[in-house]
Parts: sequence; C-alpha cells; structure tokens
Amino acid sequence: MHIVDGALSNDVVIAGGILAVGGIALGLKKMDMEKIPAAGIMAATFFVASLIHVPIGPSSVHLIMNGLAGLILGWTAFPALFVGLLLQALFFGYGGVTVLGVNTVAIALPAVLMHYICRTGIRHSNKKVAMFWGALAGGGSIAVTAVLVTIALAITGESFIPAAKLVILAHTPVMAIEGFLCACAVSLIHRVKPELFDSFIPVTAVRHA
Amino acid sequence: MSPASSNMHMGAGGSSWMLRLDPRARIVASFIFACVVVSLTGFISLSIAVLCGVFLMLSAKLPAGETVKKVITMDGFIIFLLCMLPFTTPGEVWFTLFGFEATWEGFYKACEITLKANAVVLTLLALVGTIDAIVLGHALNRLRVPENLVHLMLFSVRYIDVLKQEYFRLRVAMKARCFQPGNNLHTYRSIGYLLGMLLVRSIERSERILEAMKCRGFQGKFYLLGEFHFQKRDRIFCLASFLFLLGLFILDISYG
Repeated sequence: MHIVDGALSNDVVIAGGILAVGGIALGLKKMDMEKIPAAGIMAATFFVASLIHVPIGPSSVHLIMNGLAGLILGWTAFPALFVGLLLQALFFGYGGVTVLGVNTVAIALPAVLMHYICRTGIRHSNKKVAMFWGALAGGGSIAVTAVLVTIALAITGESFIPAAKLVILAHTPVMAIEGFLCACAVSLIHRVKPELFDSFIPVTAVRHA
Repeated sequence: MSPASSNMHMGAGGSSWMLRLDPRARIVASFIFACVVVSLTGFISLSIAVLCGVFLMLSAKLPAGETVKKVITMDGFIIFLLCMLPFTTPGEVWFTLFGFEATWEGFYKACEITLKANAVVLTLLALVGTIDAIVLGHALNRLRVPENLVHLMLFSVRYIDVLKQEYFRLRVAMKARCFQPGNNLHTYRSIGYLLGMLLVRSIERSERILEAMKCRGFQGKFYLLGEFHFQKRDRIFCLASFLFLLGLFILDISYG
C-alpha cells in the first residue's frame, strides 16, 4: 500500500513526516554500531521479501511482511523499512517523495506495535503457541497498516472514506495470508534458529528475559 | 566500498548534462519540486510540471517506454481509489452508472492527483534514480542525513542482489522437489518456511560479514571520503530550477 504524492492533505503529510523522523531517530538510537550490518541485511531481506508474489485466487499479491520485520527488528524496523521504501521509490517509482513519511509510519508503526505485543509470545517453548503469536503479528500488522492508511485518507477528505472502507475489506484475505505465512516462518525460526528473535535486543535486556 | 570519486558520474550513459550535475543539487531540487507540485491546484501549472518531468526524463537519457510504464503502474489500491473518487465526491453530475452518480468535481480531483503523482515520480526517477546508489549514500551524508542511516542504506543496497540470488537458489531447490505454487495451504506453508529460511540465512550471513569486516579493522563506521564539487553548472541548475518553480507557483496563483 503505497500512497502517492498529491493524494493527501498537507497537514497529514507533515504529521506523517514528523512521526517518521521521530521513529527513525529512535530506531537508530536503539541500534548499536555492531548491529548496523545485520540491520542493513535485514532491510535488504525484507526488500526482497516484498518482491515475492503469493497466489491468491486468480491473481497474486506481493508481501509486505512488516509484522515479521517488527518481531525481529523491534524499533530498528523504522529505519530498515524506511530504507526499503526509499529504494522502492527511487528504483521502481512506487509511492512518492512527500508521502514517504506517511508511508513509513503506516508500515513501520504496526511493526513496532506488534513487536511489543508479541515478543513474549513468540519465545514460548511450545511451538503451537509461538505460531499463534506469529500469526497475530503477521495479520495484526497488516490490519493496523490498513487502519492507518484509512485514517490518513479520512482526515484528508470525506470523499475517500467509502473507498477506504472497501480497501480494508479487500485486505482481509491479504491479512489472513500474511498471518499464516508469518506463523510458518516463526515456526521454522523456532526450530532452526530461535536466537534470531534476540539478535536486535541489547545484551542487558536478553539477560533479564 | 571504494571512494566514490571514481564512479561519481556513472549513471545511464554518463554523457548527458544532467548526469554531470552535483548529486546533492539533484536530490534537493527533486525534493523541492515535489513539495511545490503537491501544493499546486491548477491544471495548466500541473501539466507544465508533468512536461518538466518528461523533459528531465529525456535529458537523463532514461529508456522512455520502460520509465513511463514504471510511472504509470501505480498501486492497485491507488487506482481503485482514483476510480472511486468521481462517485464519492459531491457536486455536478457527470454520468450515472448503476444508479451511482459520478461528478465532475470528483473526476477533476482524480486527474489532479494522477498528474501530481506522475510529475513527482518522473522527476524523482530522472534526477535521483539515475544517481549511483553508493554515490547517493555519500551525497545524503553530505546533506546531513545521520551516518547510521546512510550506513544502513549502503549495506542494504550492497546486499539486495546477493539476497535475491539466495532467494532464487531456494526457489530452484523447491522447484527441484516439484513445488508448484497454487491456491492451497501447502503453498502458503512452503512460502512461509521459505521466508523463515531466508531470514535465518541472512542473519547468519550478516554475522559472517561482521566478523570478516572486524578482521579488517571495522569499527562500526565507514569513512565516507567521496568529495563533491559544487561547480558553475550546478549553480546555473539551481538558479534555473528556482526560477522555474517560482514561475510555476505564480502561474498557479494567477490562473489557478
């Protein structure tokens, strides 16, 4: 869901920009020097993941996977997903310039939210429980993204509201698929490399957990 | 990561006047262009803005067909939104479809958004999209973008292709085991595992990279040595862009 330039009113664009700058600054502050390569590579991974097309009915959708990004990256999801959106705008012409802030907030804020809601759940020793929280993160982040986009459009103008409602409706299958994929990915990580979820947590915090 | 000076002006061709301009000037110009275009309201000024985008695209020697295709393919969601606008905006009735009234006001609004979006994206692809990604990182750093963010960007630019290859390798492995995507749970589960595996492999790769870089004295910092020279042609470009945007603004106010 990339909003384009010119669709939103100025106050929404400015508010989005300020929020995005705040989130990115916080994300960068929480990322220590050692983590820069890992964060950059994760940003690249999620960029590649967004190119994957998943069949749905007669058509296909491309993945967003911001929930999974949030689970792994925490606040670092803000700069990482911002870089992804910036590169998409520059290379593919997706989205735009002034709406970059709004788009970043719409994608990264749900990721951070899901990180805090699900971080204990996905570390549960039972794989089924971990998968449930993974599904919640994957589906929930798409839902929150859709809601944020709707709010941005609704503040801009009344005439967008019916369309925005339909967009949320159209995103329910995407939500289900992303939730299911995220659950599967969490189950694989659970089995293969459970410490992946701790890669972006400061050392002291891991000891407490 | 070599000093950027050697490949500073490598873009598409490298022979056009535009590609020889200072990357910083191009980034700032395209940003201000976007801000001005978004605030325009009149059709004359917006059309001129789109023409300016086309002119820049031609000057940058971008392949016209491919670029136009890139610019026009918007998100399905946005196209849907634009198609809905005539039906949801109150105003003078244009035509009626299945009992829903489309209005001229909504149609104008949809056209306005389309023109704005296309003008901005065309200019962005021409002015900034032609900058080599590494040079772009250096230029952003010179424009006071935090160093950590620039490093993050440089790393992801460097590894996008590598990870894409990794992804294709995994896809080939799946194909070798007769995987065929379809609308079933098996497909979704397999793609979920694929994603998980991609993440596991990338984090392991990043650990190897960090160790290798530490061996070579990496202390969490690249030294961005690329020097940019702001020359006479850059000054002319800045002045011309400023006058053009000012003219666009005045035209919009007087004829909007």
